[in-house]
Amino acid sequence: MITVKNLTKYYGPRAAIRDLNFEVAKGEILGFLGPNGAGKTTTMRILTGYMPPTSGTATVAGYNVFTHSIEARRHVGYLPESVPLYTEMEVADYLRFMAKIRGVPGRNQGARVDYVMQALNLTHVRDRIIGKLSKGYRQRVGIAQALVADPDVLILDEPTIGLDPKQIIETRNLIRGLAGDHTVILSTHILPEVSATCQRVLIINDGEIAAEDTPENLTRRLRGAETLQVEVRGPREAVVGQLRALPHVMDVTVAGGADGTNTYTVACALGHDLREQLAATVVGQGWGLLELRPVRLSLEEIFLEIITEENESADELVEA
Amino acid sequence: MGNIWAIAQRELRSYFVSPVAYAVGALFVLISSVLFALILNQAQTASIQPLFANFAVIFLFVVPGLTMRLLAEEQRTGTLELLLTAPVRDYELVFGKFLGVLLLLLILLAITLVYPAVIMLAGNPDRGPIAAAYLGVILQGAAFLAIGLFASSLTQNQIIAFLLAFVILLLLWLADGLSQMTGGRIGDLFRFLSITRHFDDFPRGVIDTRHIVYFVSVIAAALFFTVQSVQARRWR
Repeated sequence: MITVKNLTKYYGPRAAIRDLNFEVAKGEILGFLGPNGAGKTTTMRILTGYMPPTSGTATVAGYNVFTHSIEARRHVGYLPESVPLYTEMEVADYLRFMAKIRGVPGRNQGARVDYVMQALNLTHVRDRIIGKLSKGYRQRVGIAQALVADPDVLILDEPTIGLDPKQIIETRNLIRGLAGDHTVILSTHILPEVSATCQRVLIINDGEIAAEDTPENLTRRLRGAETLQVEVRGPREAVVGQLRALPHVMDVTVAGGADGTNTYTVACALGHDLREQLAATVVGQGWGLLELRPVRLSLEEIFLEIITEENESADELVEA
Repeated sequence: MGNIWAIAQRELRSYFVSPVAYAVGALFVLISSVLFALILNQAQTASIQPLFANFAVIFLFVVPGLTMRLLAEEQRTGTLELLLTAPVRDYELVFGKFLGVLLLLLILLAITLVYPAVIMLAGNPDRGPIAAAYLGVILQGAAFLAIGLFASSLTQNQIIAFLLAFVILLLLWLADGLSQMTGGRIGDLFRFLSITRHFDDFPRGVIDTRHIVYFVSVIAAALFFTVQSVQARRWR
């Protein structure tokens, strides 16, 4: 449904994105993840036909977004990050206007507007002025206008920003429900969102794709070192010493200072499962093995890890 | 055509929910009424021509006020991004905006039909020149609007859009005077560009094709440059 080849965009001498390549299959939900200024919005703006790329091609629903822009745009619904709306208009009037310019035939406009208002729970505010609505409602009006023409492709830039937790869950369910009929690209910097909604994640950093996989695979692939967490009852120093002595162990850290029951974090080289050896060692020493489990990194950590690997200024990133 | 009409309609309606249309409309009616009263009082004849001669001055202030937000505001709030990613061609967007504000101007001009009506009650003026004058005023107003729309496409700031439109219109309005001052080739150019020179025949009841061509050309050129300006925005 979406094919991106060698996509590059320069703003003056600065490259916003460099040589992006990816594909999105019909009905798939793809998550764009990356810090501010990574090129997420630029990529989305090219896909929606807002601006042309410097080089490379992008096709949406079989149409080149540059050479056949109007045809491509007919298949795309778009929610920009800032959720721009005509604040002086009433909700239903606004959606009707968007339906018109998005090419919904006259006889279907009323039904489509009613449908999206119902889907986004806006029916009771249909006659309210958009400027007087809360941020959450405005966000929903923004999503409603993206959906109003029933597009094949939905491009949502930070769709859940500014919503309360209940609305976030509702919106995620809505987006998940769109998969199958619609192809969705959403960008976010809220990581749980990706694992909650997306089937595939594309991490963009500094204008390039840093990683691309399913949320689960990404977690697996990026563990880098296998990490085990062990809870042991025994003398602290001796336990650390014994664990360090095991083959392939790279590092051992302890939470808690006193002897007795402590939690040890053991990092070992990739591809070596030390659980059996570790358990045998602890039990062999006559200490109590209370817990032993592999640690999976959360997406949040992966995200930071990917970015910091490529970017030396890790501090900047945490702030972003 | 559907897109142009949809955009024009939305534009026109949005004028009436914001105070701008009412403020500018009130200003327009106030200034033109005062002028009408003064002219009647001084001339003591049932003639409306002097009023039309002054319409350019009123438009000089009123038109930039009407056009300043057209594209500048959409750029500032980001709504332009949604229009430019809808399956709407750039010229449809520009024509729609132009048509919307032109309809508003026609509504304002409809209010001024009161003045000829008053004159007709008082005397028996020639109707031909009045009709010709209205044609001239509409052409002149449309040309001013197109220039104002162009100014609005260049910036996100409504005040700058206003001032830019005002300066361009002022130069076109003063071009006649400038041509007399400079003379020669440049003088000819200024005379050719002068709004007043092309307008003055209309209230006399003379409809000259050259003048119509002039105004239509100004409108076409301003709209063309507006489309270019909107397109250029995509490349930034």
